[in-house]
Amino acid sequence: MNKLSLFGLLGLVIRRDLLLAMRRRADVLTTLIFFVMVVSLFPLGVGPEAEMLRKMASGVVWVAALLSSMLSLPRMFSADYLDGTLEQMLLAPQSLTALVLGKIVAHWMLSGLPLVLIAPVLGLQFDMSLQALWMLVVALLLGTPILSMIGAIGAALTLGLRGGGVLVSLLVLPLCIPVLIFGAGAVDAVNSGMSAVSNLSLLGAFMLFALVFTPFVAAQALRISME
Amino acid sequence: MAINWFKYSAPTTFYGLAGKLIPFFAWPSAILFVIGLYIGFFVAPTDAVQSEAYRIMFIHVPASILSMFIYLIMAGYAALGLIFKTRLSAMMAQALAPTGALFAFISLWTGALWGKPMWGAWWVWDARLTSELILLFLYLGFISLHASIDDVRRADKASALLAIVGSVNVPIIYFSVKWWNTLHQGSTIKFSGTSMHIAMQEAIFALLAACWLYVIAMSLARVRSIILEREANTTWVNSLLEVRS
Repeated sequence: MNKLSLFGLLGLVIRRDLLLAMRRRADVLTTLIFFVMVVSLFPLGVGPEAEMLRKMASGVVWVAALLSSMLSLPRMFSADYLDGTLEQMLLAPQSLTALVLGKIVAHWMLSGLPLVLIAPVLGLQFDMSLQALWMLVVALLLGTPILSMIGAIGAALTLGLRGGGVLVSLLVLPLCIPVLIFGAGAVDAVNSGMSAVSNLSLLGAFMLFALVFTPFVAAQALRISME
Repeated sequence: MAINWFKYSAPTTFYGLAGKLIPFFAWPSAILFVIGLYIGFFVAPTDAVQSEAYRIMFIHVPASILSMFIYLIMAGYAALGLIFKTRLSAMMAQALAPTGALFAFISLWTGALWGKPMWGAWWVWDARLTSELILLFLYLGFISLHASIDDVRRADKASALLAIVGSVNVPIIYFSVKWWNTLHQGSTIKFSGTSMHIAMQEAIFALLAACWLYVIAMSLARVRSIILEREANTTWVNSLLEVRS
């Protein structure tokens, strides 16, 4: 067997996961529908005053993004775990960290990216300004990968457990709070006429930090879970 | 004579040692509690600004300090257990978690009781309150992850990893929440001296020491139970006097 390069491996894993997801589109769509639904519930709950909705829009979108990414987390490894593919991945001569990174990227493309793309439409429902919408997309683009990355650790730790779905939210949500704060903060900064650079920088720093460490930690977590 | 440094890292030997040590921590803790509370409630003068309500901080401050400190100790034990595969470290981490969660809860509870007369609200979304709440969530996550894995060794390792990830994340959470909003008053005890009355200091340090000793005694007692539970099928446990009777 010829040795794969790192990027070759990444591409292979991502392509495979995307292909599998495309064969079962319903899974991806449910997450997206859930996201749209949660966001749409808020105006019904708090009332339709445009002023208030405009103020809370970024927070609502972010919380909904957090929740819907939790919803899709248990799926990150479970299918591979159940049919034994994960075991083969652990035995593969390639780095498990890179494999996990590939799965994280695929997970983000399936659960994070659709949210980013549909968020502006939801923002319009909340009467957000064009600038704020633009900032929301940028912040979500920086923030949602972090959710997938931290989530991978939780998904790996709770692999194959009873009630894993609820447990993973319990473990991962507290760790994702900084993302929520800076992500929603960036949009609020734009709304109040300030620069969002600091929020975006911190979000970017957090993303790079997570990018360096979380694939490795999630790989270790997988090894623990598969012993 | 060579000293065997690792003698007490075995649950078998540590079980007995912990049993002997508990009274040395429990009794001073009880005495210091009485002294600290007495000074706090009867000797310390009434605060000029906050009147009597400030006395809540004699409980609140030690509980908050320890709730944060215990998380670090717990993560430290978890790391030791993960790196050196020492069984006892993982048990210590498991034993510390409920006490840490308890202190985080007490800290929030007393904070709310103090906040009502001071700020006029039971709960304010300020940086320290929020990060203390998140800390409680982290403890609960640790405990529930450990509880939901049947295989003890996997549970130890998985929760250890979670504790380490959590401890790396705690400063990030703390600063993010801090920049998000700050309303809480700054700390009064600083390394460059303090503006507090001497009796208040005495009470607070006595209660801090009392809580500290309580944590040690409590986690030793709990680790003894954990050892018994996990080693229930071994001969040394079954030959113990308290088990046989």
